[in-house]
Amino acid sequence: MSGIGAALLNSLDIGLLLFIIAVGLNIVFGVLNIINFAHGALYMLGAYLAFTLINLVGMPFWAALLLAPIGVAILAVIIDRVLLRFIYSRDVADSLLLTFAILLIINESVRVVWGSGIHVVQPPQLLSGSVELLGSSVSTYSLFVIVIGLLLLAGLWYLFNRTRVGRIMRAAALDRDMAEALCINTRMVVTGVFAFGAWLAAVGGVVAAPMRALDPGMGDKIIIESFIVVVIGGLGSFPGALLGAIILGLIHGFGGRYLPEVNLLLPFLGMALVLLFKPNGIMGKGATA
Amino acid sequence: MKTRILMGLLAVVIAGLIAVPWIASYFYIFILTEILILGLFAASFNLIFGYTGMLSFGHAAFFGIGSYATALVLIHLEWPFLACLLVSMGASALLALVIGFLSVRLNEVYFAMLTLAFGMMVFAIAYQWRSVTNGSDGLAGFTLGSFGLGLDLTLGNPAVYYHVVLAIIAIAAVVLYLICRSSFGLILKAIRQNPERVSFAGLNVRTYRLVAFVIAGSFAGLAGGLMAPFLRVASPELLHWSMSAEPVLMAILGGTGYFLGPFVGSAVFVLLETWITSYTESWMLVLGIILAMMVIFFRKGLLGTALDWWMEVKK
Repeated sequence: MSGIGAALLNSLDIGLLLFIIAVGLNIVFGVLNIINFAHGALYMLGAYLAFTLINLVGMPFWAALLLAPIGVAILAVIIDRVLLRFIYSRDVADSLLLTFAILLIINESVRVVWGSGIHVVQPPQLLSGSVELLGSSVSTYSLFVIVIGLLLLAGLWYLFNRTRVGRIMRAAALDRDMAEALCINTRMVVTGVFAFGAWLAAVGGVVAAPMRALDPGMGDKIIIESFIVVVIGGLGSFPGALLGAIILGLIHGFGGRYLPEVNLLLPFLGMALVLLFKPNGIMGKGATA
Repeated sequence: MKTRILMGLLAVVIAGLIAVPWIASYFYIFILTEILILGLFAASFNLIFGYTGMLSFGHAAFFGIGSYATALVLIHLEWPFLACLLVSMGASALLALVIGFLSVRLNEVYFAMLTLAFGMMVFAIAYQWRSVTNGSDGLAGFTLGSFGLGLDLTLGNPAVYYHVVLAIIAIAAVVLYLICRSSFGLILKAIRQNPERVSFAGLNVRTYRLVAFVIAGSFAGLAGGLMAPFLRVASPELLHWSMSAEPVLMAILGGTGYFLGPFVGSAVFVLLETWITSYTESWMLVLGIILAMMVIFFRKGLLGTALDWWMEVKK
């Protein structure tokens, strides 16, 4: 029983971290109609920036959690203004290829700046212990990840359903021309949404940093995971991102524990099955952002 | 006039390629072997991407299966090399039939994602099915015996192997070219431009896509079958999605709208990589910048841009 409890908590912890990262990818696709292959690289940048702020500058973890994502968002504004503006009106394939190029650039830059070795970020003192829960001991940091995930979930829900900014984003997603006609500066919305997606990726990166070792391949791994999440849940669907993340979290949590000999296969099997039977994902399309 | 100059140029290139082992060092023989094999891999990919308009992110699955098939046959059966290559093509065609049957009805992003998922499933199986594939270490320790057809070739010699690769890839390229030039190839191009219209013309778009996918898969398998003896190992890396990205990059670099584009792309890719990594480690940084520029400004690739420029000069 404690085995199942631990696997469940582990699934929830992985799932909510994946949600933070994948929801950014999903919002960017929902509003801008581009698949951001560089999303994982932005996640990695968040983690490395946090590492630098904490270990080299000597900031506390909480300051890094606040500042690193802002830095990544500023970089995203530059990427959007310098590169992406050329391809917004083109095929989805072109955006996939261009963001892939950006991924190569960021990956290699990280290798140049921080080296290809592994770096470690210590969790803050407050979160380094463990607590008894469901009959097994759980690290406090896992609980922190779950809390952050839920907070962001609530915040995003509020943003999209209760605020003017959220309504503008949804309007721009549904009909760019109509939004333009209503005096919405869609150029600003596009840049803002891309930066917001990058911010979410970077928050995921900072939160993940104390759990996983930092290496230049970490972005590649997470981008595939994020693809799986958004495909299972439904591209462009906000609740879909949550559902997809939880499902993938369960696949990892239980697959790793009970089926270790096929655990690499399972996420892709899940993704392929959803695409085959419901190509638009479980939560379907139309429910944009 | 224009085609005659191009044909002449092509003849010179082919004559030069044949002569390489007598004039260049082993280093360049190795590089050219790699360029040829990856060129075929990229050309096979371009049949579905450049011609049919399907962006597959799992093409390495067919390349890798081809490598594993040749390695397995060499280890367990010790068949002649030509037979290994046929097994590689057959295995990849079969896999492409299954994956393609399930994938080709989806379009654009969903097709890319599904091929990515299938490609990574094949990777995961090769990685975790240790008893057959030897896991992450891959299959090594096989040796090439005879070539087949009663020919007496020392395939272990890199120069000889280079000539064999050149001959096989030349034949494969001609076959692929004829396929692209046939009415079947024209229909593929039409599907890329407007699938609805092709469908209204009474043609089954899904079947054409599937056939293109299987042909592309089998040629990727052939390239993989040539790659395993060259690298002397068939490893899961050949199946990973980052390997699937290589033909995409090469095709775009060279020009997706041209038959020879992917070959030009693979040559530029491998030569740049060799050249740049001798100065700095950051080859991927340069590649990323080049790719970004190609996608934004030179959508026709190096070959297409060069041809356009040449036509302009001639006028």
